[in-house]
Amino acid sequence: MAALRLEAVTVRFGDRTALDAVDLDVAEHEIVCVLGPSGSGKSTLLRAVAGLREPDAGRVWLDGRDQRGVAPHRRGVGLMFQDHQLFPTRDVGGNVAFGPRMHKASREETERRVAELLDLVGLPGAQRRPVTALSGGEQQRVALARALAPRPRLLMLDEPLGQLDRSLRERLVIELRQLFRRLGTTVLAVTHDQGEAFALADRVVVMDRGRIAQTGSPVEVWRRPASEFVARFLGFANIVPATVRGNTADTPWGEVPVPPGTPSGPCTLLIRPAGVRPAEAPGRGLPCTVTARTLRGGGFSELSLLLDPADGPALEASCPLREAPEPGTTVTVTFDADDVVVLGRGTEDGVA
Amino acid sequence: MRSGPGTGGGARGTAVRLALMAVPAAFLALFFAYPVAAITARGLYADGRWHPERFAEVLTDPGIGGVLWFTLWQAAASTALTVLSALPGAYVLARYDFPGRRVVRAIVTVPFVLPTVVVGSAFLGLLGRGGLFHEWGTPPVTGPVAILLAHVFFNYAVVVRVVGGLWAQLDPRQEEAARMLGASRLAAWRTVTLPALAPAVAAAALTVFLFTFTSFGVVQILGGPRYATLEVEIYRQTAHLLDLPTAAVLTLVQFAAVAALLACHARTVRRHRGTRGLVDAAGTARRPRGARQWALLVAVLCQIVVLLVVPLAVLVERSLHGPDGYGLTHYRALASTDGTFAVAPQEAIGNSLAYAAVATCIALVIGGLAAVALTLPESGRRVGRLVRGFDALLMLPLGTSAVTVGFGFLIALDEPPLDLRSSWILVPLAQALVGVPFVVRTLLPVLRAVDDRLREAAAVLGASPARVWREVDLPLARRALLVAAGFAFAVSLGEFGATVFIARADAPTLPVAVARLLGRAGESNYGQAMALSTILMLVCAAVLLALENVRTDRSGEL
Amino acid sequence: MITTFRRALGVAALGTLTVSALTACGGSQPSDEGEGKKTVTLVAHDSFAASDEVLEKFTEETGYTVKVLSGGDAGSALNQAILSKDNPQGDVFFGVDNTLLSRALDSGLFTPYEAEGLEKIPAEYRLDDEKHRVTPVDTGDVCVNYDRAWFDKRGIEPPNTLDDLVEPEYKDLLVVENAATSSPGLGFLLATVAEYGDGGASQGEAAGGWEGYWKKLRANGVEVVDGWEQAYYDRFSGSSGGENGGDRPLVVSYASSPPAEVLDADPAPEQAPTGVATGTCFRQIEFAGLLSGADNPEGGKALLDFLVSETFQEDMPLQMFVNPVREGTELPEVFTRYGETIPDPHTVEPERIAENREAWVETWTSLVVR
Repeated sequence: MAALRLEAVTVRFGDRTALDAVDLDVAEHEIVCVLGPSGSGKSTLLRAVAGLREPDAGRVWLDGRDQRGVAPHRRGVGLMFQDHQLFPTRDVGGNVAFGPRMHKASREETERRVAELLDLVGLPGAQRRPVTALSGGEQQRVALARALAPRPRLLMLDEPLGQLDRSLRERLVIELRQLFRRLGTTVLAVTHDQGEAFALADRVVVMDRGRIAQTGSPVEVWRRPASEFVARFLGFANIVPATVRGNTADTPWGEVPVPPGTPSGPCTLLIRPAGVRPAEAPGRGLPCTVTARTLRGGGFSELSLLLDPADGPALEASCPLREAPEPGTTVTVTFDADDVVVLGRGTEDGVA
Repeated sequence: MRSGPGTGGGARGTAVRLALMAVPAAFLALFFAYPVAAITARGLYADGRWHPERFAEVLTDPGIGGVLWFTLWQAAASTALTVLSALPGAYVLARYDFPGRRVVRAIVTVPFVLPTVVVGSAFLGLLGRGGLFHEWGTPPVTGPVAILLAHVFFNYAVVVRVVGGLWAQLDPRQEEAARMLGASRLAAWRTVTLPALAPAVAAAALTVFLFTFTSFGVVQILGGPRYATLEVEIYRQTAHLLDLPTAAVLTLVQFAAVAALLACHARTVRRHRGTRGLVDAAGTARRPRGARQWALLVAVLCQIVVLLVVPLAVLVERSLHGPDGYGLTHYRALASTDGTFAVAPQEAIGNSLAYAAVATCIALVIGGLAAVALTLPESGRRVGRLVRGFDALLMLPLGTSAVTVGFGFLIALDEPPLDLRSSWILVPLAQALVGVPFVVRTLLPVLRAVDDRLREAAAVLGASPARVWREVDLPLARRALLVAAGFAFAVSLGEFGATVFIARADAPTLPVAVARLLGRAGESNYGQAMALSTILMLVCAAVLLALENVRTDRSGEL
Repeated sequence: MITTFRRALGVAALGTLTVSALTACGGSQPSDEGEGKKTVTLVAHDSFAASDEVLEKFTEETGYTVKVLSGGDAGSALNQAILSKDNPQGDVFFGVDNTLLSRALDSGLFTPYEAEGLEKIPAEYRLDDEKHRVTPVDTGDVCVNYDRAWFDKRGIEPPNTLDDLVEPEYKDLLVVENAATSSPGLGFLLATVAEYGDGGASQGEAAGGWEGYWKKLRANGVEVVDGWEQAYYDRFSGSSGGENGGDRPLVVSYASSPPAEVLDADPAPEQAPTGVATGTCFRQIEFAGLLSGADNPEGGKALLDFLVSETFQEDMPLQMFVNPVREGTELPEVFTRYGETIPDPHTVEPERIAENREAWVETWTSLVVR
């Protein structure tokens, strides 16, 4: 039985449809991350699950129980807001103790739970500190402790790390994942940051204008974006219309090899930067000029190159640091079929 | 996603709201609308039919025209003067931390609760011919100018309390952020703080306008027979001339004016409404720094002394001025039962406190429920209109002549099951009517500024809607609630216009006792009146000071 | 947790208070009725006063306890009574005077009752002697008062008659009350009507009537304020309130005001600080009556009898600073020593007042106020 099941959940704000017949299952102990740009309906999804917004159509099931008409405070879910929303009139302890108090825990039990959670989030003994004096990272930890304190059956995180600086975010996201694994928490998080989503989630759900564009493991989604929208949202730029004939496709950049078994006919093609191979030696391939390069990737071991080809739109390539050509050099580009993806037409119309 | 309609969906929200509104609505219907309608109908319904032609007769009377014009311009001028002169005070008392701040805050509120009879004579003694200032060589100040000054004296506290209450909770970092972006101090204030304060300033200005528009005692005493506001005219027509048709027409005119005002106000507030990250008031005040800030502080304190303290001091001086020089003769006389009263005048103190306490409780319950109902997230346009109408209805008692309410009580609440003619509860009921608008107006800006998601956070953590209110709204609104309670208590203590008609002879309130003492010749009576006024003033100051000292709780629940 | 508890307690207390307050008021009614007809309710203006001993004596004699309801000054108390006449607040109303008598009688406020002891009251005060709807209780003279010290200091003779007041030596000295809103104000207007009569334009300048007199008074700098309190305490230099700030040594007040000024003085002064211009007086007669539809008419009748009894009449002067109507009632010493008896006050026939009061006040307002 799924911990959370959404069946054709629809939410409208006036004429705008924020959630359009969304189906989603989250298994127990699973960490699911909803990824999407702002306005894609991901926060509304959390609010519908939490009961803060009754769906206009469809059902929300928690542990097999239909939640229609169940008030937020009876749903037993936790929700961590993007800007934490700590209670300003209470200290750290008062914030964390809030949930247990609402669930009529005894005083001793509450105190024990508060201490335990503050230890867990790395703020031991912070009970008496006023929340207004906390740094952003500390606030985030308190908000997490507060959300976990009443032992929710489902923990929902709305842009959990959105307001923190990058290095803190990268460290915290790993801590969070380890913590949730250890506690066995079922988590539904939403974020617009694919790095965060991929680091945190067992499964990623990409949303586009109220609909689910793709669901899959981080690797699956990364390797095989289902649509041009997903591809572009993940940051891929090498996307062109193409026509497949056998093992190659006709593109504005000339002929590009495609994976075996690709059906023939017109399609949209993505070439991941890793599949774009620039060579400084002249030879067969697409002549390009290097216009810019940036460091990227873990430990900055890779460079991203921006190429201006003789034909077709700009190309993005990635290559190891040592082999990177200087801007201004002319290179010859070949393509690797392994990194060429034929995109579905799912939401293509929406991407101009 | 902030725009999402309410917790738990429309239908339930509406039901909860209606349930919350039911109590205040019933209260107002029974103790306000019904009596006022009864007395108005007496004037316009005769010989088995209505007489709309009386409107034309009354409104074309040139005397009444003069009254309308005077009412309007003096209210506008008084409001402008009060807001301008009190804004610096609101700022200093909200943001500067200095020794004696609480005492000063209590002092500025004292005038607000004094009976107008007393204040009027204090102002005459100060400004009038042969008054203190006149003896020092300044020309006597009478008529409209004296009225305006007395209005500032009375309403200074409204601006300080309502605007200052919000000001203290605005995050100073927002203004700092604007200054870092290159805005001058003034520009930062104008672009960041002023818009955030606008609802409170509008609320305060509206309240002051309403008070001065319906000003009674001050105008009656300082204006003499030549200057009359609508309220004074309604009083004359009702209480002295028993010309109910004229009084009814004027009452309805005043209603219409007040309703129009409230509509303007509602629009202003709606336009400016928004979440303005409120912070704990305790954290925003700091010691003044630099010559400029000290100068501002000193200037404000001087202003308060001249405008508010000196007239109060005249009262005290007169209460101590006995037959053999200064002494406590008049205070001692308050304990004796012979003379004017069936009871010793000092018993009025106890009566007043008891009445005011009950009135405050009623006003807090009624006004609190109403404010909560009004802050529930809006669900649907029709409900929105209903809510706005309700909001306006709550303010109407402020725009209604006390004599209308007092006489209305007598003729409307005279039959079982509500035969209250000689019941003591009439007094706190009438006083609560004036208190409710204060409670609502003080609570609303603060409750509306509470971030909805804070409530949602509490709901998701397992707090039921009622619990959310208690755990989230109440702590944030506690300060405002105390301010509201203080105001309700204070106006209840000072209420005179309606109380004088319904208080029992053996249980007079302080203002009624003061008026009764002033109604007789004799040095002793006059001295006792001043002594009672001084006591009233001290009692109010003590209550307000106690409220100031209630700790703003930030330690949390454990 | 403690705070929560306290808060919950607070909320509960609030609720209980409100509920109990509301039930208490509902509950108080039956208990009143339970006392049967043992209580008699007197509705009066807020100047009514009687000493405890005297009220206790009434209870001893008749078995009734008096409950007093007051409703503002004389004018508004009467108007309240008229408004609530279908369902009156009490049994007896006290405090309608000869200037407003017609308003009370026309409205049918009172039920006739001939009080015991009425024969002891001079006929000139018994204005409703045919029907006995009202019983005279006290009289008072509205007179111009003067500040002795002020006139002594300047060696000017204080005025004594209405004619004096328009003399140049008294320019800018007099403050009077609004005749439309104040009982002494109306009284003083009536004094001038009695003295000068209805003038009208036709009778030439010599007559001019009361309107002509007021024009002269206005030219002589009379000041009009709304009520007696403001006139007496704020503007009159001879009162204890006005001795610091008052700027006018002449005021329209009562003949009994000088004794009131020295009532508590110790040692008793040679004479009161203020005096009375005896030629400026108008006599007010105050009445009480049994309210139509009274709950306890028998008690009300007993109370009316009591109001004209010797006991009450003797107590009254020092309580309300008015003169008793019962012949042979002894006046307290402070009255005889410091007060003036006005042998020949101005009067206007009740019918004439009834007929013209509103027109006079309107004319007066346009002459003097606007």
